[in-house]
Amino acid sequence: MKMEKAILAAVTTEDDRVHGSAAVFKCDTKEEMEAVAANLEAILDGIAHALSDQLYIIVKH
Amino acid sequence: MNEYTYPIILGILVGTALRVFMLRTDYRQYPTYLHGKIIHLSLGFIAAALGTIAIPSIMEKEFTAVTFLTLAASQFREVRNMERNTLTEMDSYELVPRGNTYIEGIAVAFESRNYLVIFTSFVVTLCYLALNVWVALGAAVVCFLLSRVLMSGSKLSDIVTVEEKTISFDGAGLYVDNIYIMNIGLPERQEEILKYGMGFVLTPKEFSVRSTIANLGQRQAILHDVSVTLGVFRDSGTPALVPLIKRDLNDGRIGVFILPQEKDSKRAKEIIEHVPVLENAIQMPSRKGRRNHS
Repeated sequence: MKMEKAILAAVTTEDDRVHGSAAVFKCDTKEEMEAVAANLEAILDGIAHALSDQLYIIVKH
Repeated sequence: MNEYTYPIILGILVGTALRVFMLRTDYRQYPTYLHGKIIHLSLGFIAAALGTIAIPSIMEKEFTAVTFLTLAASQFREVRNMERNTLTEMDSYELVPRGNTYIEGIAVAFESRNYLVIFTSFVVTLCYLALNVWVALGAAVVCFLLSRVLMSGSKLSDIVTVEEKTISFDGAGLYVDNIYIMNIGLPERQEEILKYGMGFVLTPKEFSVRSTIANLGQRQAILHDVSVTLGVFRDSGTPALVPLIKRDLNDGRIGVFILPQEKDSKRAKEIIEHVPVLENAIQMPSRKGRRNHS
């Protein structure tokens, strides 16, 4: 089976909200979270989507 | 030299000339390379020869010679495969791909052009042998005009109205007018998109058109054409910066979000209006008879 979409990583400032198999990056501030998400986006060739102000996911399309 | 020499020469010349006339390199950038052109000119020549030879063969009562035309048909189907394979291979390296529907359309056009050449050569030689050279030349002109009509399909401006609309963010959601496009998380990307992005809304002029512009291949063709002509603000490894088209489910309008290198809204609008309506995307639901089964 070919996976069309997958969550590659989650970046959050509230790590108790995210669980599961994807890599979770805990950040202290919103700025740090944005910087980490931007880096991950470039590294993983994915798109950083904002689910809320505290949670970003990097998704491969 | 015999009585068929001049008719055959004329038939082949006119047929090949027609192929040259139909082999235009335009913004679709295909075929740009010399070898591609040579392939098509040679095949055009062969097609012209086949169409021409059919007439003298019939006149000499060599009816089996006509079966060569079936050989031609399978030969030119091969042309379609060739075009399809080449374009599909190259498509994966495009920043904004053409899409399979567009490729199929181009491949079909290449095949059918050869049949038009056969037909033209056939008619021209027939006129020369049955009547005289002047009638043959007249027939050639008529065939040129006819091919021009046959090879030009309709444009998007025939079926939709194109309007430029503002692009905006509601939280992380990117919108063109009120059509949701995608979720962009990073503020940095959002700024880039607001700076470089442009939005257009295509409103269908009639009901049947809805399914045509909803076709994913047709949508990809719009994006490809705009990106080829105006450039595209993206690179490999930046999937967030991707031109997209989404549909408004309520009324069938589509929202086009593009990231041109050159932000010229008038030109972009013109380009979208001139995107060909892909044959494979055309559907005619209104042709279905509405019978009452009462």
